Amino acid sequence: MRVTVRLFARLRDIAGAAELARELAPGATIGDVWRQLAHEFPELASYERSISSAVNADYAKMDQVVGDGDEVAFLPPVSGG
Amino acid sequence: MEAAALKGRPTCTSRILNSVSTPLLAIGPAPLALERLAEALAADTAGQSGADGAVVTFLGLVRNHNLGRRVRYLEYEAYEPLALKAFERIAAEIAERWPAARVALHHRVGKLEIGEASVAIAARSPHRGDAYAACRYAIERVKQIAPIWKREFFEGGDVWIEGATADPDNQQARAEAERVACA
Repeated sequence: MRVTVRLFARLRDIAGAAELARELAPGATIGDVWRQLAHEFPELASYERSISSAVNADYAKMDQVVGDGDEVAFLPPVSGG
Repeated sequence: MEAAALKGRPTCTSRILNSVSTPLLAIGPAPLALERLAEALAADTAGQSGADGAVVTFLGLVRNHNLGRRVRYLEYEAYEPLALKAFERIAAEIAERWPAARVALHHRVGKLEIGEASVAIAARSPHRGDAYAACRYAIERVKQIAPIWKREFFEGGDVWIEGATADPDNQQARAEAERVACA
């Protein structure tokens, strides 16, 4: 199955893209998507414990299973205001 | 019209539009104006009832210094659909904690010069205590859970500012925002 990954702020800079398409095995979780990315872009690994994640524009935990066509977003610590 | 100017997705903003067409909650590149937020709050049913006695507003500005750096300008980026949902959550938390208070909250994205407003909040309630608390709570929660980032361009470089790990279910963070709001 295929998901769209959205990256923001410094995560986007590290990966060099705001949006990526990735193929996953059925049953993959958000955490699996993250680990695949961190393998691809080792600089991301330092964010392991500080990122938040979302699926289809709703906050979601890393152990949530993703589905075909989902939009998975990774968010570094926020700084609005 | 205002919603379009704020680049809202119709499906996200239509249910929070009020009768004068300024949304209570919005994020986009348009410059902010506190009067529009106050007007939006005045136009709702509670605002029209005559029961309110206070409006408290907050405007967050881009300042020219941060951590000893001379700031030239900021660039804000957001995951807009999730930011709107975070604002809705904040408004719901306020309705739960201060049932008579309502808030309007607009955040800007894009390049902002020194002195420009990045966030505007208005809170309205029958008594000033609740309006002050709700307004302060709203900005504290924005900083905790809204998926918005600022990139600071200063003399000598630029850096993404990274604050809190966004976790809307973190009850400790929520309690801290409430503590600050009621201090």
